[in-house]
Amino acid sequence: MSDHLQPRLGGTPFGASPSFADLVRRERPEALPVAQTDARGADLVVPHGTTVLGLKYADGMLMAGDRRATAGNQIADAKMRKVFPADDYSAIAIAGAAGQAIEVVKLFQLELEHYEKITGDRLSLEGKANRLAQMIRQNFPMALQGLVVVPLFGGFDDRRGEGRIFYYDATGGRWEEDDFQTTGSGGGPAKNSLKKRWRPGLTRDEAIRVAVEALIDAAEDDAATGGPDTVRKIWPVLIAVTAQGAEDVPEDQVVAAVEAVLQERGA
Amino acid sequence: MSFMPYVAPEQLMKDRSDYAHKGIARGRSVIGLEYADGLLCIAENPSATLHKISEIYDKAVFAGVGKYSEFEELRIAGIRLADLRGYQYGREDVKARDLANAYSQALSSIFTQQMKPYEVEILVGEVDGGSGGSSIYHILFDGSVSDEQGYVAMGGHSEDLMDTLRDRYQEGWDLATAIRTAVQVLGTTPEPREIAADQIEAGVLDRTRVQRRKFRRLAAEELAGFLA
Repeated sequence: MSDHLQPRLGGTPFGASPSFADLVRRERPEALPVAQTDARGADLVVPHGTTVLGLKYADGMLMAGDRRATAGNQIADAKMRKVFPADDYSAIAIAGAAGQAIEVVKLFQLELEHYEKITGDRLSLEGKANRLAQMIRQNFPMALQGLVVVPLFGGFDDRRGEGRIFYYDATGGRWEEDDFQTTGSGGGPAKNSLKKRWRPGLTRDEAIRVAVEALIDAAEDDAATGGPDTVRKIWPVLIAVTAQGAEDVPEDQVVAAVEAVLQERGA
Repeated sequence: MSFMPYVAPEQLMKDRSDYAHKGIARGRSVIGLEYADGLLCIAENPSATLHKISEIYDKAVFAGVGKYSEFEELRIAGIRLADLRGYQYGREDVKARDLANAYSQALSSIFTQQMKPYEVEILVGEVDGGSGGSSIYHILFDGSVSDEQGYVAMGGHSEDLMDTLRDRYQEGWDLATAIRTAVQVLGTTPEPREIAADQIEAGVLDRTRVQRRKFRRLAAEELAGFLA
């Protein structure tokens, strides 16, 4: 699969392909992760990222993730970051095989930046979501070996003037979500929590609180999800995307939300 | 059967060079200069969408004069080189000097080996992350490359513009002064005139930006504000 974004005219390439992933596949295929035909994925124990979620609120959308990565029943990393800005107006959160997922994020970020530089325009949010689906689909051979990557993607759609959320399965299937979505091993309890707490038109502070509470609920029910660690100061990572752009929610605001939730529970 | 008449290599090179010069002289000029916070590229450009100035990488900018299709091709090649390097190694390993060398090699072999030389001059500029200086590389159609100090002018009337800049350029200008002066300088040749803000294209590498990508294109309103 190569050059599918570059049409040809009379046997020669027509226009410059704006895709970075295609460029790497053409020029430096060895730099991309490849499925090993003789590898048996089921035996492979690699770090997995666990619970991430996204939800809409009044100004846009919010994405949040816990910090734990597990390999089998070991905690591989207590401070892993799973929520990233994809570009200035969108964010991506990942669950699944951590090494593979981080590579997908890196490639996706470059894909958006490369497109923006080559064409002088930013991709539409719809375009970004579709491109990510294609990249996940290309990872499918790896998914069959157990290296599944399932992201959440969201951002601010300036054409519609609202936040939007997309979620994916391992085959590259893509769905748009109206209100909130979760993925990863703790996705079930987190989703149940959001079901009770989320409502349309949440303010930013309320949205942060609801997201943090869902992660705490996930951590209580799922061993692979890490709760906030008040002793070692490990807090969830949250990114808010609004018409003004994507930015990390400052740590003091996350800590305030965590403390409020824990206080309510009598901790 | 046809025979190529003998042409002395000196004559061949001179013809190609004259051809390229003529093509470049038809287009408008670009000025690149250092100001207090980084590097400013500014051009007279009636089109708001067909750019002469653009971002290559986090700290690298590209500007071209001459034939649009040719410097656009060079611009895209530069972005591809930079993005591939940054992906394979690290973002800080992408250097303007490597880009300038690559452009120099490419233009040099095009000049000597192809039917016609590219009718372009390009600039590759870079700011570093700290408080240190910038570099400006000026690459000609034949691949010759020079490392400019402080300022450079490219295009049809670059020699006149360089003379004017030599007299007027001062280190440490703020952005407003740099833009106003550069626009005045662009308006001195070929005949003295006032250039309206909507005829100006400008981009900066601003090392005070907190974002990783230091390039910023100046919007029309912002430019009009500086020039009012």
